[in-house]
Amino acid sequence: MLDKLNEIEKAALESLSSINDQTALDAWRIANVGRSSPLMQVFGGFGKLSKEEKPVVGAAANRVKVALESALEERAQAVKNAALAKSLEEEKLDVTLPGREVNIGRLHPSTQQLRRVLSILAEMGFQVYTSREVESDEMNFQMLNFAPHHPAREMQDSFYVEAEGREDNPILMRTHTSPGQIRAMREAVASNPQNPPPIRIALPGMCFRYEQITARSEIQFNQVEGLAVGKGITFADLKGTLTDFVRRMFGQDARVRFRASYFPFTEPSAEMDVECFVCGGKGCQVCKNSGWLEILGCGMVHPNVLQNGGYDPKIYSGFAWGMGPERQLMLRNKITDIRYFWGNDVRFLEQF
Amino acid sequence: MKLPISWLKDFIDLDGLTVEDIARKLTLAGLEVDEILYVGLPMPEYAASGMHSSEKHEFKTNGIAWDKEKIVVAEIREVKAHPNADKLTLLDLFDGQQEQVVLTGAPNIFHLKGAGKLEKPIKVAYAKEGSTLYDGHAEGQVLMTLKRAKIRGVDSYSMVCSEKELGITEESDGIIILDDDAPVGMPLADYIGDAVLDISILPNMARNANVIGIARELAALTGRELKTDNRPQTIDRPLSAVNGQSVNDLVEIEITNSELNPRFVVGLIRNVEIKPSPYQIQRRLKLAGVRAINNIVDATNYAMIELGEPLHAFDYDILKERAGDKKIKIITRTAQDGEELVTLDGVKRKLTAMNVLVCDEKGSLSLAGVMGGSESEVYDASKEVLDAIGVETKPGEMPQGKITSRGKSTVNVLLEGAAWNFINIRRTAKQHNLPSEASFRFSRGVHPALAETGVKRGLQYMAAWANGQIAPGLVDVYPLKPKDSVVDVTPKDVKRLLGIELTLEEISALLTRLEFKCEITNHHLQVTAPPHRMDIDEGVVGLADVLEEVARSYGFDKIPTTTMSDSLPPQKGNPIHEWEERLRDLLVAIGLQEVVTYRMTSPERESRVVTHNEYVRIANPIAPERSVLRQNLLASVLEVAEKNAKAESLAMFEVGSIFEPVKNDLPNEPRKLAMVMTGKRIASAWDVKDSPTFDFYDMKGRIELLLAGLRFTDILYAETESTYALHPGKSAEVKVNGQVVGVFGELHPLAKEKYEFGDAPVIVAEFDLEKLRALNPSYGIVPVSEFPPMYEDIAIILDESVAAATVEALIRQTGGKTVTDVRLFDVYRDEKIGAGKKSLAYSLTYQAEKTLTDAEAAAIRNKIVKRLENVVGAKLRS
Repeated sequence: MLDKLNEIEKAALESLSSINDQTALDAWRIANVGRSSPLMQVFGGFGKLSKEEKPVVGAAANRVKVALESALEERAQAVKNAALAKSLEEEKLDVTLPGREVNIGRLHPSTQQLRRVLSILAEMGFQVYTSREVESDEMNFQMLNFAPHHPAREMQDSFYVEAEGREDNPILMRTHTSPGQIRAMREAVASNPQNPPPIRIALPGMCFRYEQITARSEIQFNQVEGLAVGKGITFADLKGTLTDFVRRMFGQDARVRFRASYFPFTEPSAEMDVECFVCGGKGCQVCKNSGWLEILGCGMVHPNVLQNGGYDPKIYSGFAWGMGPERQLMLRNKITDIRYFWGNDVRFLEQF
Repeated sequence: MKLPISWLKDFIDLDGLTVEDIARKLTLAGLEVDEILYVGLPMPEYAASGMHSSEKHEFKTNGIAWDKEKIVVAEIREVKAHPNADKLTLLDLFDGQQEQVVLTGAPNIFHLKGAGKLEKPIKVAYAKEGSTLYDGHAEGQVLMTLKRAKIRGVDSYSMVCSEKELGITEESDGIIILDDDAPVGMPLADYIGDAVLDISILPNMARNANVIGIARELAALTGRELKTDNRPQTIDRPLSAVNGQSVNDLVEIEITNSELNPRFVVGLIRNVEIKPSPYQIQRRLKLAGVRAINNIVDATNYAMIELGEPLHAFDYDILKERAGDKKIKIITRTAQDGEELVTLDGVKRKLTAMNVLVCDEKGSLSLAGVMGGSESEVYDASKEVLDAIGVETKPGEMPQGKITSRGKSTVNVLLEGAAWNFINIRRTAKQHNLPSEASFRFSRGVHPALAETGVKRGLQYMAAWANGQIAPGLVDVYPLKPKDSVVDVTPKDVKRLLGIELTLEEISALLTRLEFKCEITNHHLQVTAPPHRMDIDEGVVGLADVLEEVARSYGFDKIPTTTMSDSLPPQKGNPIHEWEERLRDLLVAIGLQEVVTYRMTSPERESRVVTHNEYVRIANPIAPERSVLRQNLLASVLEVAEKNAKAESLAMFEVGSIFEPVKNDLPNEPRKLAMVMTGKRIASAWDVKDSPTFDFYDMKGRIELLLAGLRFTDILYAETESTYALHPGKSAEVKVNGQVVGVFGELHPLAKEKYEFGDAPVIVAEFDLEKLRALNPSYGIVPVSEFPPMYEDIAIILDESVAAATVEALIRQTGGKTVTDVRLFDVYRDEKIGAGKKSLAYSLTYQAEKTLTDAEAAAIRNKIVKRLENVVGAKLRS
């Protein structure tokens, strides 16, 4: 009987070893451990065995049953693994085929840059103030300390709008966002004439100059100005605040310098240079080998401008600065032609 | 302005400072140096190693350095003929060490050929073998190195140089003939080596548009002494004695409008000999960008560039002739409208009543402050000059030729220095398109005090260079003296506005360097502006003017960096701006590219989609296609789409202002949103073929998302009567909270034909953001139920004419709160349903705050079907 069991085991294991698919496995299971399999018949013939034989044969039959079952399980796992390996192999993709396109929208690069600047200014407490694009000469020039026929007006050639009877106060496309300074100051004064509140604003928007459209000059461009007005604001505060701003903008290690300059609406006035962020100040094409980039104009608000805004220059002081988002983008991205911005070629826009 | 360093050194000691040091100091103080041009002086290494060096150099640098060993002062001792070439001469020359033979074809030495040993040797710039110079025969500035060669059988290894070869001018004719006292053998770089700073003069720095002005700034910045009374050492010859009749006996002046002409000064110099100026003077003028003419004209220009006061020289004898036996009377007055004057450029100019003229009793002499008249100009009748300007001369006869000639050179010169109203000069120069060195300065403001100093200096130079005798006295009429600005400054002011602590003495020292007069009294500093400055006001503005000078003189770089100590204003945000930014974010999220377009367009361009009668018109457009301000944002975005029409798929938007005209007043600037979509819904790819094109419903879907994102819920779409050129059957208006806020649809086929688009339809939308922003959005989130929803589909057949929106509204109304979603998932038409009929299939979601039974759902459903039957004649589709 024991011999028979050994034979059963040997034959079963032998036939199992050549099985490679699930159907054959199922057939093998029925044939070898199924109810009518030779092994089960051994269990079925148990009653005929002698008292001595029973435990010996029983133990042997059980061992064979366990052995066959575990062999089946092992084989089943191997068959499954092989099948999976095969299907994985068959499902292999060409990973170099392009990914599926997703239609997404983008902001215009100027809007993106405006947002970068405005979010830094917001962190510093400067709130957005917007105002109209078509202005009167009074607001665009006179209130900002540009006298009629003043040479400084030549720095800002203007587009005029047709209007009659306004020889003293023609209508023009604003040449800078600075008229907003006057409007904002007047609103603040109106809110509390006895004790005008301090002002911290950022003035973004489109400005216009009479220029030919070339790679280097455009008839319209964005500007962002900052304005701080209050009691005891000094030129040293201007330097501190703008250095802080520029470092948030261009990196905490950015070196800066202030050069004396001239704007009619500030005094003293300065240009602020930042060490070239393309070459780190070593000299490159972007900074024309100077190591410095001119990035903003600034100055202490001129007493006449404070006065025109309703703030007494004997008590209040302040500073203002202005910069161009498109110029910043051009420097940062080595864009050599300003016409790209309003050309709106999607092949340009999609790169931002 | 172009400033030769050698000229600057007449007035300030610059020892120990490199050219770059000087340029840097000036730049930081507001006198920005745009370029440094080396003309002989040693160049910094980076510049010498080639202009395209990648090394850092602070300034744009150009030019040439002269080798001290190889380029020296030499003297020509004899001019001989070349044995084999008629047009060449051989020069016997001494370079300080040895004799040399040099070949030249220079025209200005040719006439001495064969003259034998020269009585007086001619001093020249001599370049030895191996020198690097500009090629005198090349177009533009090309460097070359002198090599030994045989020219027509004669050994050539060196040369005498022209100005072009040395980089002094861009073109030249003949060799440089140096002044007689040039030291033979001296390196040329030590003798006349120079560097020229090209400085941008800001409008408030006009006082510095002269050599002394820059020297004064440098003196203040370095604490060095300013020597204003210096005259150039190189021309410092004894002045001829002042003698003869006083000019006051000969000339009188009448100023008719002192506002326009606050001061007028004349001086007289007699018996001048017109000839070229000393070479040193010519060289400086040329480096400063002024042509050298003759010693008299050069003296006026030289004094102007040095001091800042433009001068005008009259031929005294012409004025005397015009006056006849009367005393010469100079009158300044405004022109009569239509009055004419021939200016010295030979142009007859028609004047207007705004122009100021310098006249005598016979008529106008010059256009004040801008340009002289031709009749009374200083005249040089020497043969060389007449030949050069094409006037034929015959002995004993009046010259004939291109200009009406006087035949006789000027002998006596009346020199004018005046002060003019800067705005008037500015307008006159602009009106006649006459930008000149004089009008550049006068139109930016020249202090009247300089009129006298200028005339004196000009006369001195004329005396030195033309051997004239200065007549005693000056005629000086000065009806309108500018008020000396006096400003009170305290350390408290300096602290309050600049943020630095300075004592009265320190403030005083900083200002004194810039020639302010400072008096310390009673804890105050009384500051008086110096008599060359027109830009210092009084009072609170004057304080700012003076503090700017304190800050500049102190150095911006030395001022500390601090943070503001006053309180912040309330942080209130900008709701309009923030709302628009949110709108932009939503538009980007639904797949649209933002564009930003020109505000200036033309009515013709906009008329492709919409017509307006009135526009905000630009008075001075740069081009006809930019002649008005846009009144339609969609037209702008359509143009951008058209330009990008080659792209397979386009979806773009712009948010911005349009401009509605208001007669003779500022226009309205309402904000708009425009959207354009055209092309394929999904770009073609390896697994995407024949993607459908964008249509009406693509735009509508985006609008739905956009309005939902803005939290609007009460939205209706209806047929539109818009004036836009839209497809009548494929367009709609959008109502939010009952108000029309926008319109969208397919561009009308006829309008589309006006553009260069592809076959795909062009879908457009425009929204009025002013209206939209004013509407109340709805806030509040519907809670998500914990009970399971039930889903059910119903399909109904009904007439084509019934709008889907009507059906949906009926379903929602009838279903009540329990029907939480109604989704149209199929629209179907075929013969079995019947002509003029359609089938609409809806998926309904039932949701209640409990688990609904089938029976409850069926009850609602039956109610809905019945209502649809009754109201729109719908039949349930089996």
